Amino acid sequence: MVTLCEITAGAAEASIWGVVGHVLLLFLFSFIAAMVVMTFAGLSVVAERKVCAFIQGRLGPNRTAIPIVAAIPLLGNFLKRNGLMQLLADALKFLFKEDPIPGHVNKFWYMAAPAMFLAPVLIVGAVIPFGVYWSDGSMHPIAVADFDLSIIFMLAISSLTVFGGLMAGWSSNSKLPYIAATRSGAQIISYELTMGITIVTLVIWAATMVENPLNIFEVAAAQSGLWFCITQPLGAFLFLVALFAETNRLPFDVSESEADLVSGVHTEYGSFKFGLFYVGEYGHMALASMLFVTLFLGAWYPFPGCEWPSDWGWISSVLSVFTFLVKVAFMIFFFIWMRWTLPRFRYDQVMRLGWSVLVPLGIANFVFYLVLISL
Amino acid sequence: MAIIVERRRLTWMERTYLPQIVSGLWITLKNLFKPKVTLEYPEQAPILPPGYRGAPTLVMDSAGREKCVSCQLCEFVCPPKAIKIVPGEISGNSEYAYIEKAPKEFEINMLRCIFCGYCEEACPEKAIVLQQEFSLNGRTRAEMIRNKKQLYEAGGVLPDKIKKWKKVKDTADLEGGSH
Repeated sequence: MVTLCEITAGAAEASIWGVVGHVLLLFLFSFIAAMVVMTFAGLSVVAERKVCAFIQGRLGPNRTAIPIVAAIPLLGNFLKRNGLMQLLADALKFLFKEDPIPGHVNKFWYMAAPAMFLAPVLIVGAVIPFGVYWSDGSMHPIAVADFDLSIIFMLAISSLTVFGGLMAGWSSNSKLPYIAATRSGAQIISYELTMGITIVTLVIWAATMVENPLNIFEVAAAQSGLWFCITQPLGAFLFLVALFAETNRLPFDVSESEADLVSGVHTEYGSFKFGLFYVGEYGHMALASMLFVTLFLGAWYPFPGCEWPSDWGWISSVLSVFTFLVKVAFMIFFFIWMRWTLPRFRYDQVMRLGWSVLVPLGIANFVFYLVLISL
Repeated sequence: MAIIVERRRLTWMERTYLPQIVSGLWITLKNLFKPKVTLEYPEQAPILPPGYRGAPTLVMDSAGREKCVSCQLCEFVCPPKAIKIVPGEISGNSEYAYIEKAPKEFEINMLRCIFCGYCEEACPEKAIVLQQEFSLNGRTRAEMIRNKKQLYEAGGVLPDKIKKWKKVKDTADLEGGSH
């Protein structure tokens, strides 16, 4: 896609219409990337409800039906039984509910917080290589943007999420969202450290193989042999734990512990603004899955030491996207599966685990690979 | 004397949580594929246990005679006062004239009924029986008051082992009885 951009960029030199076309194309690519992330967020809401139900011996949502669609022979029943129309019903409910703004909130920041919570997810979606295509004998990522500092960009933007939570907690002017916001802020900052150290370890390891180890696409492409979760098992594990904490998923969802705080930072929100928070949470989960797959789980490579042949042309590209999405779906399932397995850590346990176990382990891991590389 | 509970120090592996997490994941994974306990109600009928107390109904004996003799014990015992009986006489030219009484009207308000089964217990004739019907609904309050005709339709026939009202000369020739 980047070469597509380059083609239009070449045309841009010719005329003003070339510039307009180039910008429109970029908008289209961004829209598609955002759609992929949003679709995964939506589907993971359904998956959460279904997997949760199955683990608890129930069937989950299987009744909601849109009149005309449900009448389609096989498809209608499939959508209905798998609760896929429930998703639409939920979304419509969030859209059409009355949206009162409590009198005691700081209105500007209160309105800005949900967008601030969701936006980083969609922005980071731009650098994720969803697959690859071949042209001029070299491999290119199917991504909106492919540039050399994309890992730094990803880290910088994704940690902006913490502001969404803090803004919501502060502007709600209510004690429980405030406590939730401080908790989630402290937790995200603490685990960002572990995440940063594991990524640094990964980058210095990838630097021995590729030219630009800070480019997320090249790091992913470096896994054509062994995946990084095999060469760096501890790093992968620490990164995964940090991702669970970053996305506020169980067992680390202390900021949304409904037993002591009502429901986290979005307690004072309703209707569409709550919907944005809700989608944002699942968007984070989808994005975290994509990051883990890209950095550690071999991105679009089907098996360790095996790749889709480049001379199959577009068939290989489709297969690579498919492989990537299947892996992401599995990771989302893993997140959900973990949620319905483990109870929640206490807040002090989360902080102790983060600072006195994961960070030292991360540093030890870093030193180990540093020594290994320099040998 | 105080009992000292010996607390085993956790092993190194146990303190990492990891074996426990893995075994927990294994348990939830097994649950994922177990048969589900959900009963999909309107399509699947629930299996009612014996002795289930559903809607109260009036029943007839195997000869098609209404068993109720309008003694009004059920009306008296009914805790929410859901039963209303208008007693009546059996007309002289009926073959059951010797039984003397039968209800002229019998109403059970299903909105008031609490399905306690006291009426069934109190009935000396086994004429009122709680059956398995549990889904009672209507659009108006009046619809939910069942009259005598509806109660007999819902009740049907319940043959008795003891033929209390048979005369001795009839019980001798039960098979060829002209009744």
